[in-house]
Amino acid sequence: MSVRTLPLVFINLGGEMLYILDQRLQALNTSEDNSEKVMNDIVGTMFSKDFMDELIKPQQLYSHRTLKTVLTRLAHASIMRLNPASMDRLYELMVMAFKYQVFLCPRPKDLLLITYNHIDTIREYVKHTPVVVNQVDETHRKIIEVYSSLPEGEFQLLRQTLLIFFQDMHVRVSLFLKNQIQNPNGRFALSTSGPVPHGIDVPGLIRMFDRKGREVRRCEFPTGGSYSSPVREGCFELHGDRVIRLGMNMYTINHPEETHTSKAPSVKTDDTPNLLAKEELNLLARLMGSMKAENMPETGFWINLFTTDQEEEEEAASDGAEESLFGVINIQAMQDEQVATELARIAGQFAEGEETPGNLSSSKGDDLLAMMDDL
Amino acid sequence: MYHKEKSIQIKNSASALYNNLGVLRIAPRSLTYFTVVHANVVNMVSASWDGLNYSHRQLQSKEPNVATSTSLIMQAAFCALPSRDLLVVTSQKGIQIYESDGSTMVYWHALDIPETPTAQAVFARGISAVESYICVGVSSGAILVFDVPSKGSNITLSDVLKGHEKSITDMASECSGSQECIADLISADDRGNLCVWKSGETFQRFNNIPGFDMSCTSVKLWKGTAVAGYGTGQIRLYEAVTGILHAEVNAHARWIYSLDIAPFSGLLLSAGEDSLVRVWHLTMKPESLSVEVAHLHNECVTDTQICGAKFCDGDGYAFAVTGYDLSEIIRYTQS
Repeated sequence: MSVRTLPLVFINLGGEMLYILDQRLQALNTSEDNSEKVMNDIVGTMFSKDFMDELIKPQQLYSHRTLKTVLTRLAHASIMRLNPASMDRLYELMVMAFKYQVFLCPRPKDLLLITYNHIDTIREYVKHTPVVVNQVDETHRKIIEVYSSLPEGEFQLLRQTLLIFFQDMHVRVSLFLKNQIQNPNGRFALSTSGPVPHGIDVPGLIRMFDRKGREVRRCEFPTGGSYSSPVREGCFELHGDRVIRLGMNMYTINHPEETHTSKAPSVKTDDTPNLLAKEELNLLARLMGSMKAENMPETGFWINLFTTDQEEEEEAASDGAEESLFGVINIQAMQDEQVATELARIAGQFAEGEETPGNLSSSKGDDLLAMMDDL
Repeated sequence: MYHKEKSIQIKNSASALYNNLGVLRIAPRSLTYFTVVHANVVNMVSASWDGLNYSHRQLQSKEPNVATSTSLIMQAAFCALPSRDLLVVTSQKGIQIYESDGSTMVYWHALDIPETPTAQAVFARGISAVESYICVGVSSGAILVFDVPSKGSNITLSDVLKGHEKSITDMASECSGSQECIADLISADDRGNLCVWKSGETFQRFNNIPGFDMSCTSVKLWKGTAVAGYGTGQIRLYEAVTGILHAEVNAHARWIYSLDIAPFSGLLLSAGEDSLVRVWHLTMKPESLSVEVAHLHNECVTDTQICGAKFCDGDGYAFAVTGYDLSEIIRYTQS
């Protein structure tokens, strides 16, 4: 469907990722230096010109697997390391937050305002590093240039593409349940009251005209809701009041339990096929290639962002304090080899896919592996 | 006026696409077919009228070759032609035409896809049968006209209509059964423009009703009246061949996703992302040469953005609804 989803997907999902990481880093009393470095490294990589240029090329939105791989790589552009279980939970949180924002987006065009809310906060995170702020500004300008003139129909197609991508995901998030924006069954609450989106008339009126175009009668009908006039329109420039709050940071510092997630009952398992089409592999290679790896630091630190189920049970049993909800930070020496092995393992998964039917030449797969090893 | 009946469970949830519900009533066999699109799959249910038998089938979008990623389906709709019924499925890659029970694919038309993706997405969307033709819209704004024989698979592309500059969103043919209508086909696009056509060996464009730069997502043609639903949540009624506006309704608080008309009773159904389905009544006023619209009934599908709503019969005695992320077809019947 829409071929313009990737830049918005990465900025919004990346933004959600940074909100959660920021909350965790603060909750774990990470030093300001380390926190800032993590943020600067991730934002710098995400908003690098090369990466954004690749995203902006017209292309389809592929699978969750590809997205998760690239986001993991983005997170690992910093000195922080996430274990796979943490990354899985982080991804679920990010996606559910973005799904909520897209679902409730008042007008399709407001997807841009949601994106700008994320960019505004990201800019705040890196405000002490002018080089990175510059990258963020440049990307923001590019987004304004590419998307501002799109008609509403195109935005709706983009939104529909995203909704298909998020379909059937009903992971329950503690914060959403607490704020009653999500129901216990995992579905988001949709209100039939409140202001209508900008540019829409409040429902309830029927007007009838004669053949000369003069209004001859008007009558009202019961709407079954209680709607009111729209609020003012948000600002689509580089800086300004976005008005809508979707896309702003929902997480607060002292409440790490907000990011607890649980699967809704009768959740469907992911049955996406294992093989990635050649097109998707090409995209993955280009995106990974465009993320310049810094010299891998000799020391990094692991973050256990989310407790495992076992730890949660123990926690519930002992009724302990909030601090013990998070795992321990282990300072661990990260060798280059370890990183290369990790990437080769990811690449290896795709190599399996390559063996399945048809026209995929094996040499293409080899090139991809070689490219990843070089990273 | 209406009450909720037992829902029909479907294998997957409905995708957020305009007009995402197809209904075909097979009176001789006391069956109704329903189609609901989920990503690259069409879910078909055949429901017996006594409510005792349901059988399911899934149709996949056709991939031209294995190296490409899956093709998302934009729309699935039944086409009732003079001597046969067919099911048309439109996707990013092309147009598939099946026998109405989904058992056999009788025709495949591949869209022209450029080697490197361009900024404009390519897909087919907007399906309507008129006389012995099946018309399908394309993202470029063109409308493909296929000539369908009374049986067999010798379907041919007979015409390409140019009238729109933006992607086609929906199409409809005159549904009142009246033979006297001047125009018998209407098409709508992403800018809200409507084109009114007369079918034949060469299709003629009778009129162009300009839009307001806001998508018309669903359109119907009944007794010469064009009924159109927009992204502004409004419904407009026009006299199709002249473009004269009869009425404008501020119907929904979000985008309208589906409209349907029950031709024998003049009932109109509208549904939108605001989670509401509304039933209206259209009355022809021959003395003033106009059409009036009156509101009859509301149904709220809690927390659901509705993507398909259709009457199940020509009188509007029952209607069915689908919603994004919902794995059921919700049904309502007159009390």
